Amino acid sequence: MKDVLILGIESSCDETAAAVVKNGREVLSNVISSQIDIHTLYGGVVPEIASRKHIERINQVVSGALKEAGVNSSGLDAVAVTYGPGLIGPLLTGVSFAKAYAYALSLPLIGVNHIEGHICAVYIENKELEPAFLCLVVSGGHTHLVRVRDYGEYELIGRTMDDAAGEAFDKIARVIGLGYPGGPKIDMAARDGNPEAVSFPRGHGLSEYDFSFSGLKSAVLNYLNTCEMKGEKIVAADVAASFQKAVVDVLVVNAAKALDNFGDKRFAIAGGVASNSLFRSEVEKECLGRGVDFFVPSPVLCTDNGAMIASAGYYKFIKGEFSSLSLNGVADLELCPG
Amino acid sequence: MTVLSIDSSALPVSCAVISDGRMTAEFTVSIKLTHSETLLPLVDDMLKKCGLSLKDVDALAVSKGPGSFTGLRIGCATVKGLAMALELPVIPVPTLEALAYDIYCTDALIVPMMDARRKNVYAAIYEYKDDGLYELMPQSAVSLDFLLKKVDSYGRKAVFTGDGIYPFEEDLRAALSIPFSVAPPHLSMQRAGAVGALALKLYEKGLYTDAENFRPDYIKPSQAEREKALAEKNGTLRELSAGGHSLYV
Repeated sequence: MKDVLILGIESSCDETAAAVVKNGREVLSNVISSQIDIHTLYGGVVPEIASRKHIERINQVVSGALKEAGVNSSGLDAVAVTYGPGLIGPLLTGVSFAKAYAYALSLPLIGVNHIEGHICAVYIENKELEPAFLCLVVSGGHTHLVRVRDYGEYELIGRTMDDAAGEAFDKIARVIGLGYPGGPKIDMAARDGNPEAVSFPRGHGLSEYDFSFSGLKSAVLNYLNTCEMKGEKIVAADVAASFQKAVVDVLVVNAAKALDNFGDKRFAIAGGVASNSLFRSEVEKECLGRGVDFFVPSPVLCTDNGAMIASAGYYKFIKGEFSSLSLNGVADLELCPG
Repeated sequence: MTVLSIDSSALPVSCAVISDGRMTAEFTVSIKLTHSETLLPLVDDMLKKCGLSLKDVDALAVSKGPGSFTGLRIGCATVKGLAMALELPVIPVPTLEALAYDIYCTDALIVPMMDARRKNVYAAIYEYKDDGLYELMPQSAVSLDFLLKKVDSYGRKAVFTGDGIYPFEEDLRAALSIPFSVAPPHLSMQRAGAVGALALKLYEKGLYTDAENFRPDYIKPSQAEREKALAEKNGTLRELSAGGHSLYV
């Protein structure tokens, strides 16, 4: 079969990214332009600023991805783009650009769900991995426990009832003065802290596999308030370590339950929080204990990137699942509609 | 020379082709539809109906702002994608100047204004001189009150155009002592035909760029940037950057 080269474009939050991927799993280029330094000034992602930065950078990022891959536009077979979920302004920038670019080159357009992209990131470095497997996608905007039945076929087993895990990381990092982005900052600070120093609650959602992080967030804020009123000094490293342990416990408990009940022999984690060292090691422990193969992408593929979108696009391409010129950005796009 | 032009800066979404000085087609829809869903199918429809393909196009023109931030981005990202794929020049056209160009060769002042909410407008003031538009007040984000005082101060007849005329017609009547009129419906909306026609003049002057360097002109910084600038001025930045948790930062 002829090689399939897909250009993947991602702009759902604060990363402008583009990549060229061959046959779904071979990354020829993966260019990511992060806006972290700008949003750090505001303590979090400002959607309007993110949108403006995307439009300033998208051409450079796409041409960079083509150049790095050593292909020109005529060598592409399709253009894949994230159309949700995410921030609507940033999504619309990528979607509008990708539609026009594909249209002008007479290439098929493939709209990709961002969560599906994170899941497909796992394929890239694990050439032997095939569905079915369980995948826990954890990022700044999402906490989804998904059973991957086949390429493009997903069953949503559990999700957060309130905040995403990564969102809680950002918020807590901000209030204990670690700054943005919260994930890596807390991970780093927690290394010098005691995870048993403060007892924070482990919240779960209504159904067996759901998550909840808002109670934990409030508990941390209350703890900090109480310390402040009592004039007690806050040890940021201990708070970070205790908070991080609570988040990871909630994630890992549900993952372990799903492994026991579904009997899958393969488990993957994906999304920005999958770079968290404690999360990685704790999930790996659970998998090892059960004889389950554990998969996690490199950090560059955990963060938002174009390669994962191109990879997801490939599996749609071979099924002939294309999008029309009226493709729109959908902020609350579901992985499993209905 | 064939120019494909686009305007999605406000309620209308519009595209046009001007070829060798004649307008071949102009498709405009002004209903509450998402521009993201409408724009590219509209362009495709128009080109097909004209028997044209993108390969026949020599330059792209787009309404660069001001306007709805989202609307501008949809039009501009679309043009950036087309221009990059086809390696075409991009001619950025000021939204309000194109609106003003719908009113031709009058002795009156031309005042295009777009509703920017809370009695604010995006507006400019032009007059015709030597068969061309001459800018008396550049595209600005101003209060309605400021604009009307400014227009009144010229002591000349004025024609108002743009979607700002609908919510503010009473205000015009109350505030202006000069004779004025408002443009009829077909001349008071953003239309890609005017964008394309003006683009040809800008192109002749060398005022064009490429896909990579083109960006919209929002006129206004984002709300977060405005608030940050204000907070810096007032020395309250710490509270702002804490995002509501001012206690710990």
